Amino acid sequence: MPALEELDAGFRQALEDSAFQAELEHLLKTYVGRPTPVYDAIHFARRIGSGSVWLKREDLAHTGAHKINNAIGQGLLAQRMGKKRIIAETGAGQHGVATATVCAMLGLECVVYMGEEDMHRQAVNVYRMRLLGAEVRAVTAGTRTLKDAISEAFRDWVTNIESTYYLIGSVVGPAPYPEIGRTFQAVISREARAQLLEEIGRLPDRVVACVGGGSNAIGSFAAFIDDPSVEIIGVEAGGRGQGLGDNAATLSTGRPGILHGASSYVLQDEEGQIANTHSVSAGLDYPGVGPEHAYLKDSGRVQYVCVDDTDALEAFFLLTRSEGILPALEPAHALAWVKANPHPGITLVTLSGRGDKDIHTVAIASGHEEYLA
Amino acid sequence: MNRFAARFERLRAEGARGLFPYVMAGFPDIATSQKLAEAALLAGADGFEIAVPFSDPLADGATMQRVNARALEGGAHLQTAFDLVRSVREKAPTIPIALMSYYNPLRQRGDVRVAADLAAVGADAVIVPDVPAEEAADLHDALRAHGLGLAPLIAPTSTPTRIRAVAALDPVFIYCVALVGVTGARRDLSDSLGEFLGRVRQETDAPLVVGFGISRPEHIRRVAQLGADGAIVASALVDLIDNSPDPIAAAVAYLREMKAGGLSAVA
Repeated sequence: MPALEELDAGFRQALEDSAFQAELEHLLKTYVGRPTPVYDAIHFARRIGSGSVWLKREDLAHTGAHKINNAIGQGLLAQRMGKKRIIAETGAGQHGVATATVCAMLGLECVVYMGEEDMHRQAVNVYRMRLLGAEVRAVTAGTRTLKDAISEAFRDWVTNIESTYYLIGSVVGPAPYPEIGRTFQAVISREARAQLLEEIGRLPDRVVACVGGGSNAIGSFAAFIDDPSVEIIGVEAGGRGQGLGDNAATLSTGRPGILHGASSYVLQDEEGQIANTHSVSAGLDYPGVGPEHAYLKDSGRVQYVCVDDTDALEAFFLLTRSEGILPALEPAHALAWVKANPHPGITLVTLSGRGDKDIHTVAIASGHEEYLA
Repeated sequence: MNRFAARFERLRAEGARGLFPYVMAGFPDIATSQKLAEAALLAGADGFEIAVPFSDPLADGATMQRVNARALEGGAHLQTAFDLVRSVREKAPTIPIALMSYYNPLRQRGDVRVAADLAAVGADAVIVPDVPAEEAADLHDALRAHGLGLAPLIAPTSTPTRIRAVAALDPVFIYCVALVGVTGARRDLSDSLGEFLGRVRQETDAPLVVGFGISRPEHIRRVAQLGADGAIVASALVDLIDNSPDPIAAAVAYLREMKAGGLSAVA
């Protein structure tokens, strides 16, 4: 708790500090490559029989996903708070890579916790993190995936509170983490809103993003929450079915509960034990969800839906072939929902990351193992 | 009077300190956890921390993570712990019992029902490591309505404000975390434990019970000398249970030795 109080105070001071804001803005521009473009995916839209589909190209950000926005923001915050050692958790490896990248650039020590299962699924990202100078520690407890990596990072943090900053990768965990994550990811929708106004002179009718822990989604929604004409849709991982353990659709199929210090929706059994999850996409494979999404669901402002593994893979192929863009399997879920729900107006979809990391999974899922070394 | 209050009053009158073993419901299996509790009574336990297994024990080190997983694999859950409380209560009408659970399993049953069920099986207090003082009001009210109390945790990093917030919950005891970190047996206790207990004592007269890392008789002795009212022994006990051909006999011998450690401190 004192660590959270220290973090909260450090975060609020940073928000008030114009030098911090200027440095963040400078790095987002010159290091991350922001603003990322919005792209009018006319070929994809034509194939699905929809009106305009605009893609917010977070896949073009440095390291290939939106995770860098938060990693830069929190890395600067850690530096400002005088912390020399950064720890992080990672599922698919994108947040781990983003954190290792920022630590290399800022000269900070970096330890990344990763479930043993995920290390096998995402071996290339493990190597990338090690190349960047990070230590990757295998987590062998529990389900050996993201939730266990988060637990292990918290255990490290409470043991090394003085020296260490826990750079959590999504909008989950105790306050103020969900707010910190939203603050640093809101750049996605701030940019996209202004870019669409510039390009087409109007707001989109729908904003769609995939939801695992919910960081790219909350960042994609933030600037549109107060635009009543904009319908907002969060797309969860429906996995291989509706049964407990077969998906990661926390808001669609879970119940209120407590996980990792946050009160939100949780996938759990009758006894309140946290359930196993399944998704073809490692980045959505988490049994909880950011508490702000729980609020947005309960208030009715955002509609949460889910898309299964098969449909996400189909959308992956469709975008790849129609636009020459390999999406990560996470935003492929958002694209699949758009594909199944065409709309005559303007749809904005956040393409939260590039799909190169997923080609192994895609090859196996589609019977193309012969291409794998 | 709450059984914890009565026990601490008696211990203070005798100049003694309490030994509180941790028993995970369903570890190593449901039947053996019942026998371990009975054996601990014979060995002179002054009270119990009876634990509910949880899939994601955030405050626990490797030993306790394994213990939680094993208990769950064996089919233990909240009701198993309630049954264990009841069986100890039937054998020992005056011994204080605290239920330790992460909050989610309790929340699914509901604060009010948990409090009523715990009162019915004869528990006296609840330890919830993942509910901070400022979030504890509903649970606290429900427990009080049934004559139960909270045993909140305080860490060496806790500020005076936090210690006062915890003290304001009128706790049956304050669970003083002996180290900065997670549960697990340690060779040595922190040099700053005395300073930490002193800071807590400055803010409250509530009984102080030390846990995390307590594994040897000399730890109990030290904790007693530093003015705590008792100690919880957990990871070291389950390590022993895990590694002994006769876990019951090993637990009895170990707890007797630990108890003697505490007694010799005041002799």
